[in-house]
Amino acid sequence: MIRWLTEPFALEFMQRALVASLIVGVVCSVLGCFVVLRAMAFLGDALAHAVLPGVAIAYLLGASLLAGALVAALVVAAGIGLFSRRGAVKEDTAIGILFAAALALGVVLISTVRSYATDLTHILFGNVLGVSAGDLWLTGALAVGVLATVLLLYKEFLLASFDPVLAHTLGRRPELLRFVMLMLLALTVVVSLQTVGVGLVAAMLVTPAATAYLLTRRLSSMMVLAAVIGASSSVTGLYVSYYLDVASGAAVVLTATAAFLVAFLGAPGRGVLARRAAERRAA
Amino acid sequence: MSLDDCLSLDKVTVAYRGRTALDAVTMAVPHGGQVAIVGPNGAGKSTLFKALVGLLPLSGGRIELRDRDPGAQAEPIAYVPQREEIDWSFPVTVGDVVMMGRYGRLGWLRRPQAADREFVAGCLDELGMADLAGRPVGDLSGGQQQRVFLARALAQEPHVLLLDEPFTGVDVSAKEALLDILERLRRRGITVLVSTHDMQTASQRFELVALLNGRLIAYGPPPDVFTPEHIGTAFGGHALFLEGMVVIDECCPGDAADGPGLHGHGMDEP
Repeated sequence: MIRWLTEPFALEFMQRALVASLIVGVVCSVLGCFVVLRAMAFLGDALAHAVLPGVAIAYLLGASLLAGALVAALVVAAGIGLFSRRGAVKEDTAIGILFAAALALGVVLISTVRSYATDLTHILFGNVLGVSAGDLWLTGALAVGVLATVLLLYKEFLLASFDPVLAHTLGRRPELLRFVMLMLLALTVVVSLQTVGVGLVAAMLVTPAATAYLLTRRLSSMMVLAAVIGASSSVTGLYVSYYLDVASGAAVVLTATAAFLVAFLGAPGRGVLARRAAERRAA
Repeated sequence: MSLDDCLSLDKVTVAYRGRTALDAVTMAVPHGGQVAIVGPNGAGKSTLFKALVGLLPLSGGRIELRDRDPGAQAEPIAYVPQREEIDWSFPVTVGDVVMMGRYGRLGWLRRPQAADREFVAGCLDELGMADLAGRPVGDLSGGQQQRVFLARALAQEPHVLLLDEPFTGVDVSAKEALLDILERLRRRGITVLVSTHDMQTASQRFELVALLNGRLIAYGPPPDVFTPEHIGTAFGGHALFLEGMVVIDECCPGDAADGPGLHGHGMDEP
């Protein structure tokens, strides 16, 4: 049994994959709590797809893919912030337009390269086994930055998410906090790029946080639980991927989804079964 | 502005989305005074409150606030929003929500200190909610949620308290509890403005009433304000005068989903 557990991580690239997955599991889940509570899931997904052109340009120039993604994500986050503040079109419309356009631009750029299909697959669905030591350092540094910001601004984010009106009257500038949140979201997308890829990062942002939402009643405990669920989904997903020989990013996401379904049915208070029981008692 | 006034409005005008929601409202509220703001839906009651706390910019006029203790006040006006403006399924406890009232006094990055926790406990205690501090806000009844927000407003240590439709959607006992709390605030000298469409409560339980419909139609003690003439001006064709009784045919905000119907909100008939 112990051999069964340790065997996958005897190889160095698997160890790096494990560390990268754990980082992504924790960062996505913690930030995901705000994404779930502020109904920003669509925004997170859009941001993820929008980094594609940045990655493609970096690829064509032979520059660091992560650096390309980082620049693209920050530009798009700023763009969405501007678009929605002007109010010419509704925010979800603006997001929908930017998101599809960026995705198309990314595909166009990547399709100029001959190894188009493989490269695109790696970017869309991640390639955690190909994480280099340098990537790992960058991922780790970005993750620490995101988590430290959330920790420092915890009470401001809590206030602006729960009651933006009070945040405003207390001089807490909710629109500035929203912009910081967008930037953090952009960085998180970049951190997740290699493990789960552009296509699945939204799931890592939303699913563990939604699971924790069903099981807790306080933001701080929701964040801790989400991080635990995210991290354990990452590890479990890697084992599944190793032993069943399936794509690792997808395996991680499906593990997280399975945890969500269990909570959705069985969570005390908010789960389907508990609600049914409460209804039966009431009737 | 006389020395006894806490808050004075001088020709306050607010326009947004091309519509004048408040037109040259001039009124003064004495220190520790309690004013009920009444008027039909869309009269500008919420707009007035939002202008007072700086959520909406004034397009004209001036709001003046006189502190008894100048400069001591971080945010002198506390605003309690309507209950339906809040997402009650949000994972926060009662204690967390009341602590938010202290955030204005804390810096951006400072954590609440022991003194803040003590103050919050005091506010909860004052409203009889000390034993609920650890409970999620979603578990509470409507009246209790109202009191949590009131406790949060008190944690801001305000001079002026604004309550937006506090009697909507709560039962009779919760309403009485709230009126008792207002009585205690009066003794502490906190100035209170309450918007309501409950004209019976306004006329019986408040010393001052402001009748609003875009502009200020009348302001003063209830008997001077609630005259058939003023009510006719405020509510227009919606007011019906029947042998000493006024019936107003208008939906209250909480009933908006039912569509227009016949609801009596009279002075004698709730």
